[in-house]
Amino acid sequence: MTTRQNGRPSQLFRNLNAKIASIPMVLTALVVFLGGTAWTVLYSFTSSKLLPRLNFVGLDQYERLWAAPRWMTAIENLAIYGFLSLIFSLVIGFLLAALLDQKIRFEDTFRTIFLYPFALSFIVTGLIWQWLLNPDFGFQGVVRQLGWESFTFNPLYNAEIVIYGILIAGLWQGTGLVMCLMLAGLRGIDEDIWKAARVDGIPMWKTYLFIVIPMMRPVFITTLVIIASGIVRVYDLVVAQTSGGPGIASEVPAKYVYDYMFAAQNLGQGFAASTMMLLTVAIVIVPWAYFEFGRRRHV
Amino acid sequence: MSDHAALNVAAAGFDAIAEEVSGPRGAKPRRVLSRRNIFLYGTLILIAVYYLLPLYVMFVTSLKGMPEIRLGNIFAPPVEITFEPWVKAWATACTGLNCDGLSRGFWNSVRITVPSVIVSIIIASVNGYALANWRFKGADIFFIILIVGAFIPYQVMIYPIVIILREMGLYGSLWGLVIVHSIFGMPILTLLFRNYFASVPEELFKAARVDGAGFWAIYFKIMLPMALPIFVVAIILQVTGIWNDFLFGVIYTKPDTYPMTVQLNNIVNSVQGVKEYNVNMAATILTGLVPLIVYFASGRLFVRGIAAGAVKG
Repeated sequence: MTTRQNGRPSQLFRNLNAKIASIPMVLTALVVFLGGTAWTVLYSFTSSKLLPRLNFVGLDQYERLWAAPRWMTAIENLAIYGFLSLIFSLVIGFLLAALLDQKIRFEDTFRTIFLYPFALSFIVTGLIWQWLLNPDFGFQGVVRQLGWESFTFNPLYNAEIVIYGILIAGLWQGTGLVMCLMLAGLRGIDEDIWKAARVDGIPMWKTYLFIVIPMMRPVFITTLVIIASGIVRVYDLVVAQTSGGPGIASEVPAKYVYDYMFAAQNLGQGFAASTMMLLTVAIVIVPWAYFEFGRRRHV
Repeated sequence: MSDHAALNVAAAGFDAIAEEVSGPRGAKPRRVLSRRNIFLYGTLILIAVYYLLPLYVMFVTSLKGMPEIRLGNIFAPPVEITFEPWVKAWATACTGLNCDGLSRGFWNSVRITVPSVIVSIIIASVNGYALANWRFKGADIFFIILIVGAFIPYQVMIYPIVIILREMGLYGSLWGLVIVHSIFGMPILTLLFRNYFASVPEELFKAARVDGAGFWAIYFKIMLPMALPIFVVAIILQVTGIWNDFLFGVIYTKPDTYPMTVQLNNIVNSVQGVKEYNVNMAATILTGLVPLIVYFASGRLFVRGIAAGAVKG
């Protein structure tokens, strides 16, 4: 036994090196991800103002949160933005991927064009669309210049529809990513499926709808989880495009958290709001993680 | 089996029926101007124009003078090209009391991005290597926490990190931000490297161990040289991600060391003074330029990066 171990690192030494190398990962996982989350949830039950203090007040912060009009607007916006953004980015992303999967020429060029907004930051995206949607010089201004004087398309200054203005920018930035994921999924479909469908005389759209899309279920689920967790975080886009305005019409939860933690010096509210964000994500993530990691363990 | 399939595809190419029945895997139609092609390319070009329009408008606006912007059409090309807005955006635009333009933010972003990219990739590549080749008990649990943690909203963790950095004396400093970027880049990069190192043939690893190479020797002499493409992917992912960051920049740095995105937002969305749309657009392009250059230069590698990050291999 001892002779066999000669010439190669001992068991303890090997483990030690790997463990030393994993210290950053272990610290990040335990201290920041688990510890930080638990800390924030714990302090959301306190009346912390300028500094975090452990004077518990039960669910006070949450009651105050759900009574705040600004939070209600933020939640409503997130719901509208999230729902529409999910639907549209999945549909548009899939359609673009299906178009690119038709053995077309210049596929790389088209893909590069559809994906480039994804390389830009939300700040840049928000500022571009702030300019394009400018009522005097943007789309509205141009159409009016052309002679249609009563044309109105002014989402960024209309509290009722401002969230759709942000949605337009968000979709422009993000659909390329969905397209890429969908394209990877489509390329993973066995060619024989297409041939079989063709032999049976099934029209292309039917093949997509009833054979290909059901087969791509894992891709759709992964994409859904990625988009959903991105949606909950939406912050920079709103800051750049509207700063939450007009008034509080385009507030989102992430902005609420930031404003209460770092501007309004009301930490307790910020913690409670961020815990609600965590809860929103958990509703999406927990079932997914359960299936993903649960399934893998059985294999 | 695959030969048979290839033969079938070739046969289909000669098949007259293949021209009528279209499918993504079918043979390329021979007629260029078929109705299907006109529809297909027409749609694609239309969508491409929509995606390119904002970039075009931004560029055109940045080359016009303010009087021309007030009178003209945002889609019209500039009558008189002027580079003044670019010069002003870079060198003299004001944020608060500082009037040295975006150049300050640019250099801050460089100073933030370079060490953040290097540190985060070193940590994640070693992590991924340990996870793939030197598993120890419990390693998988930390990895799962890491991956699930990637979906936790940052807002839940930003304040505890403020406290940790303050305790370390790094709050508001450059290295504090480097640590933050390394932490939040870790899940995706570790996944990337772990999957790559796991795909390296085990025989290679075993042979090196028989020759007496240890943890670091195998990493530096075998894994590192082999993993160069994946390092490029990671660099692309991190450079664009960190350059585009706004939230961490605004929380963990001071006004003097704000990254470019934060400074850009302050310049464009400042309430004082007359709005100079041409300067704003020039500033916006300048900020987007670095990730755009990385994107267009890297081509397929960028796609590989986001696909590797998004779809677990």
